Amino acid sequence: MAKINDYIPIVGQSVIDDLKLIAGKLRGKVIQQVNSTAVGGGVAEILNRMIPLLRELGVDTKWDVIKGGQQFFEVTKKFHNVLHGKQEKILPSDFEIFMDVSRKNIEEMNMYGDIVFIHDPQPIALVNKKSGNKWAWRCHIDVSNPDKFVWEFLKGFIANYDAAVFSAPSFSKKLPVRQFLISPSIDPLSDKNKNLSREIIDGVLNKYNIHKGKPIMTQISRFDRLKDPLGVIETYKLVKKYIDCQLILAGGGATDDPEGVQVIQEVKEAAGGDPDIHILLLSQNDIEVNALQRASDVILQKSLKEGFGLTVSEALWKAKPVIASAVGGIPLQISHKYSGLLCHSVEGAAFSVKQLLNSPEYAKKLGENGKEHIKNNFLITRHIKDYILLFLSLYHDEGIVYL
Amino acid sequence: MPLKTAKEPFKFYTRLNMPELTGLKAGNLKELLSHLKRVPGSCIYHHTHRFLQQHQFLSPEPPNDFAYWTTKFLGEEAMGEKLASIDIVQFSKIRALREKIISVIEEYLKNNPKAGLKFACEGEEFHFIKSVSFVIPTEYSASNLKEFIEVLSKITSDSIYFHVFEARLRLEKSANDFSNWLENSLGYKDMADAISKLDPYTYTLEDLRKTIIKTMERKLAE
Repeated sequence: MAKINDYIPIVGQSVIDDLKLIAGKLRGKVIQQVNSTAVGGGVAEILNRMIPLLRELGVDTKWDVIKGGQQFFEVTKKFHNVLHGKQEKILPSDFEIFMDVSRKNIEEMNMYGDIVFIHDPQPIALVNKKSGNKWAWRCHIDVSNPDKFVWEFLKGFIANYDAAVFSAPSFSKKLPVRQFLISPSIDPLSDKNKNLSREIIDGVLNKYNIHKGKPIMTQISRFDRLKDPLGVIETYKLVKKYIDCQLILAGGGATDDPEGVQVIQEVKEAAGGDPDIHILLLSQNDIEVNALQRASDVILQKSLKEGFGLTVSEALWKAKPVIASAVGGIPLQISHKYSGLLCHSVEGAAFSVKQLLNSPEYAKKLGENGKEHIKNNFLITRHIKDYILLFLSLYHDEGIVYL
Repeated sequence: MPLKTAKEPFKFYTRLNMPELTGLKAGNLKELLSHLKRVPGSCIYHHTHRFLQQHQFLSPEPPNDFAYWTTKFLGEEAMGEKLASIDIVQFSKIRALREKIISVIEEYLKNNPKAGLKFACEGEEFHFIKSVSFVIPTEYSASNLKEFIEVLSKITSDSIYFHVFEARLRLEKSANDFSNWLENSLGYKDMADAISKLDPYTYTLEDLRKTIIKTMERKLAE
């Protein structure tokens, strides 16, 4: 696991000095972070990297996970989908299941933090146990166009928090509590993002029978309909008419996502046995994900909805040209035609893939600009700074805070 | 030039920023104007200064959010250019800057009434954000120009940002902190004026650092 000083060669000594400075202002406070899964998915990934660094900076941070069960996670997955704007029927029994499990967690969990930091809707109801301490709710979901009924249900809980945190300005709503904007981040020293030798990259390509000499387009993401894997296959098919290329669709699963198995089946059917389509279920194999991104000529993220789209940051950090849907937090990461290409359709994505595969110099420039933007704005050190400032904000209402 | 010892040492501060969402959004110019007239000054400050810290390298985007949004999402390039070219360095109070932005939009709407009929697509509205600043003393201070240059070359760009931009406009001081100290504590009026005359909005923070250091070194060598 990386130490905080290991980031100095990447972000500079002074950035790390500032982190140490502000971390000291939280001395004596216990931060309790709570989410729904210890492994899989972006939230667990960030917490796994960030918590040891916060501790090293002297911020007393603990991490707890709620208990759920299959029924509960099926309900929260439905909530997740409809908050993203997808049409799905929510039954009264879904709210009952949610509240039954929440009540059990409220009874069993010790909410000991001076600051309790709750991630996403699954543990949101824990706030009913609030007693004089500070609570913040971190929404990692694109709630720009949510199902009103579920949002109103959640709003009842959000009103009891001291602050809410969103990943993009378009997710904010009129709320009776303060709202902060914090983008997520990637860790440049994690297995998923660190530099890899050519041998390791080639080894992964050989393992999965991926041809080195044929252009590779790749989408890395969970097998989830909102990531539009079927749209990616359609995009590939349009490109394939003109360029003999390969497609890699690779991703893991999370313990709170029961829909994934069904989606993989649909993806395999759509691929129809094409030997140039590589569907890879990589469960928590970050080095392999890293190698596949680095081996790719173009990276796609054709999501229909995104909380933020960290896979875009990962690809840009590797200076790869990225084509991604203009949804969620993706436009914060990509300025169209400057640090990547934004698309709104299968046809648009296919046109951009052809353009980048045929114009490698242009593709290279987009990747270089993208890497610089990620370095300045979306690395874990910036994220740690924002979380510390958020925790400090809970004790200060003023616009200019002198510490 | 002989090295003078300052009457008061310069204490370097840094400023870290936390964007706070307001939940207010505008889909057209009339809504933008209406919100502009009543949002907190920290919103005006955020949307005219965000680019300085987030885009520290060559970026194709205009230097303030109002210009960017009207150009990109309403297609009003002429107004975007007018907003982008507002000479922020001329303003020492956010209230006056707000009034200028409002007057540019009102004037444009008067001459181009059809612009008022344009709406941004869903999801592309302008979202008002305000800036919460955390001002923190660093361990660095300087008692003479040589020490000052040494610290300036290694301090974060956030610190430079605080002493040049935030101190002047948000804390409503008459000049940037560097010029104030050079003139009042060291008596280097020429050097203070030379730094005051820079238009910091046209530099990246790293270029600004280099330019200020170069200006000081040149004076030191005289």
